[in-house]
Amino acid sequence: MSETSLLEVRGLTKYFPIEQGLLRRVVGHVRAVDQVSFSINRGRTLGLVGESGSGKTTLGRCVMRAIELTAGEIIFHHQGESTDLAQLSRREMREFRKHLQMIFQDPYSSLDPRKTVFDIVSEPLRINKIASGKALEQRVRKALELVGLDVRYMKRYPHAFSGGQRQRIGIARALSINPQLIICDEAVSALDVSVQAQILNLLKDLQDELGLTYLFIAHDLSVVEHVSNDVAVMYVGKLVEQAPTRLLFSRPRHPYTEALLSAIPRPDPDQPLPESGGVEGELPDPAHPPSGCYFHPRCPYAQQICREEEPPLLEVAPQQVAACHFADELELQGIED
Amino acid sequence: MSDVVLEVKDLHTYFELEEGTLKAVNGVSFAIKKNRTLGIVGESGCGKSVTAQSIMRITPKKTSSVSGQIMLHHDFGAIDIAQLDEDGDQMRDLRGREIAMIFQEPMTAFSPVHTVGNQIMEALFVHGETDKKTARKRAIALLDEVGIPAPERRIDEYPFQLSGGMRQRSMIAMAIILNPRLLIADEPTTALDVTIQAQILRLMKRLQRDNGMAIMFITHDLGVIANMADDVAVMYLGKIVEFGSLHQIFKEPKHPYTKGLLRSIPKFGETDGKHLATIKGTVPVPLNPPDACPFASRCSEFIPGKCDARMPDAVTISPGHTVNCVLYEPTNIQT
Ligand SMILES: Nc1ncnc2c1ncn2[C@@H]1O[C@H](COP(=O)(O)OP(=O)(O)OP(=O)(O)O)[C@@H](O)[C@H]1O
Ligand SMILES: Nc1ncnc2c1ncn2[C@@H]1O[C@H](COP(=O)(O)OP(=O)(O)OP(=O)(O)O)[C@@H](O)[C@H]1O
Ligand code: SF4
Ligand SMILES: [Mg+2]
Ligand SMILES: [Mg+2]
Repeated sequence: MSETSLLEVRGLTKYFPIEQGLLRRVVGHVRAVDQVSFSINRGRTLGLVGESGSGKTTLGRCVMRAIELTAGEIIFHHQGESTDLAQLSRREMREFRKHLQMIFQDPYSSLDPRKTVFDIVSEPLRINKIASGKALEQRVRKALELVGLDVRYMKRYPHAFSGGQRQRIGIARALSINPQLIICDEAVSALDVSVQAQILNLLKDLQDELGLTYLFIAHDLSVVEHVSNDVAVMYVGKLVEQAPTRLLFSRPRHPYTEALLSAIPRPDPDQPLPESGGVEGELPDPAHPPSGCYFHPRCPYAQQICREEEPPLLEVAPQQVAACHFADELELQGIED
Repeated sequence: MSDVVLEVKDLHTYFELEEGTLKAVNGVSFAIKKNRTLGIVGESGCGKSVTAQSIMRITPKKTSSVSGQIMLHHDFGAIDIAQLDEDGDQMRDLRGREIAMIFQEPMTAFSPVHTVGNQIMEALFVHGETDKKTARKRAIALLDEVGIPAPERRIDEYPFQLSGGMRQRSMIAMAIILNPRLLIADEPTTALDVTIQAQILRLMKRLQRDNGMAIMFITHDLGVIANMADDVAVMYLGKIVEFGSLHQIFKEPKHPYTKGLLRSIPKFGETDGKHLATIKGTVPVPLNPPDACPFASRCSEFIPGKCDARMPDAVTISPGHTVNCVLYEPTNIQT
């Protein structure tokens, strides 16, 4: 397996300190990401889902080393070598960052309004001193052509573009430097469905052409199902289930995954949301998570053991892991096509 | 007696900008009945929110103009809201008591410096309640009804102390406290997680069952529409391009825009590795729009000389199902 894997994350943990008072005394920690492990194979897409605040963005930013992690390994396999990004110095990481790029949700705020499209797209190349002059322009043209933007727009400013076009600019910028891995954090969430479809197709074409690997963070489960080979589900900082997409959607093994799937409003009047049932309540405060299984206060299947013991993440079927005391016994509902 | 609560006829809402006239709502007609939900769906910028704001008469006074009819029906007759002074007593009295509105972002409805309870009770005081104890009791009961745990404690908290889902519930409580006959919901669940969204959608349905209010539900999410609406208006660039029952719109869509929208959403198990269907281009800005089909510039079935010659007439496909597209005009139907 490991010869094809591009990224292996082991025990990734990020605690944010909670400070109080004038002296900013640390009174506790938000366990935003807690002992998360997964791997992504080259040229594949891992979808990452979970409710708001479950730690998806924090995880992505830790992998990028945009924020410092508390613990864990981030093994990146590249040209026959394995590098633990967590061990790199800041300077080494800056050098390494050309292999991984991030695309964000908001095409409006993530682009500097005072810079032209050329400035924005060429920035990673200039920072990493990869190209200059004619060669630089050539690389920018290539990136713009890849994402289907007219190269004549190079001297324009972001405000002159629509949301979909701005997202293309963001993708061109990420691509300009020939990364191996792209972390898409809600990259299509703010777009209209017709434009979202254009961008999803583009990401797919780029993956086929360039062999890109994606970590695809999104709250829209139908989008995640469409783009991902595998899907990981997070709950209050922890990975609670991971499986190949088809399997996860048709035969979930964690009650939280079932709850997410059952709450998706389907665009078909013949498949309405259930009138009753469904998960009640909201995500707990990650600074004060519940005892045992974090999901137990909302879980319809919870037993005494769930309140007392934290369930380990175990293999429940080939390629499928879940962290639930009853993963083997429960017959959970998936989605029928 | 008819069940129609609100009847909008040929509504136009224009913004006068330096660059020209922006026709945000450009000739829209529909009716909403008691106990029914009208879904309004369409992409960003097509005029959904401005339609709602026009009914509430809360579009900016200086730069916007509202024309057409907005008839609010009563047993004893009808009032044309479009004719009222937006700052006058009559309009102010209608807001909240007859028509209430909820938004995507509850913080736009709440003031951050007053407790949730005081803001909910305020509506009662404005509309004639004098006893503080009664008002408080009513507010607590309502918070309980919309699913807020420990309402007798929550009532004295400030909006920022509540989670997103709880704020949304409180906003709904504030909107329905005077038993409005029409609730306008503008993307009320768009910012929420699917789990919380499902809870809120269920709550709204229950409230409608209990008090029979009419709901105008605005969203860009076809999945949400499919779960909430009885009838659906598909909007594009300030116009309703197709109108029908939920079944007609989802199972027998006619307009190329409606079809395109339905095709471009990923569906479970269907799109595996394949490309999604797309609509080319993006929604343009309706600045000085030509008298033509608003979708002409993006339509894959565009017929030069016809689609761009004038706005297509509304054609009735079957009872309750209309479409504005030249493909269905009798003179153009090829057999
Ligand atoms: N810089 C920070 N300081 C303190 N806490 C933080 C910080 N960034 C995130 N958190 C907390 O960490 C948790 C995880 O947040 P994160 O943004 O990773 O969630 P998410 O899954 O991306 O949510 P969303 O779907 O809303 O984007 C939350 O409780 C959040 O409040
Ligand atoms: N106060 C305003 N002044 C000028 N133009 C406005 C104003 N409010 C809205 N518009 C314009 O009117 C058109 C319709 O906007 P509206 O907010 O109704 O769209 P929408 O369908 O609600 O979109 P979204 O899904 O993004 O909320 C847009 O082109 C918008 O830019
Ligand atoms: S461990 Fe218990 S509480 Fe947690 S998901 Fe499984 S059944 Fe539910
Ligand atoms: Mg996030
Ligand atoms: Mg709107």
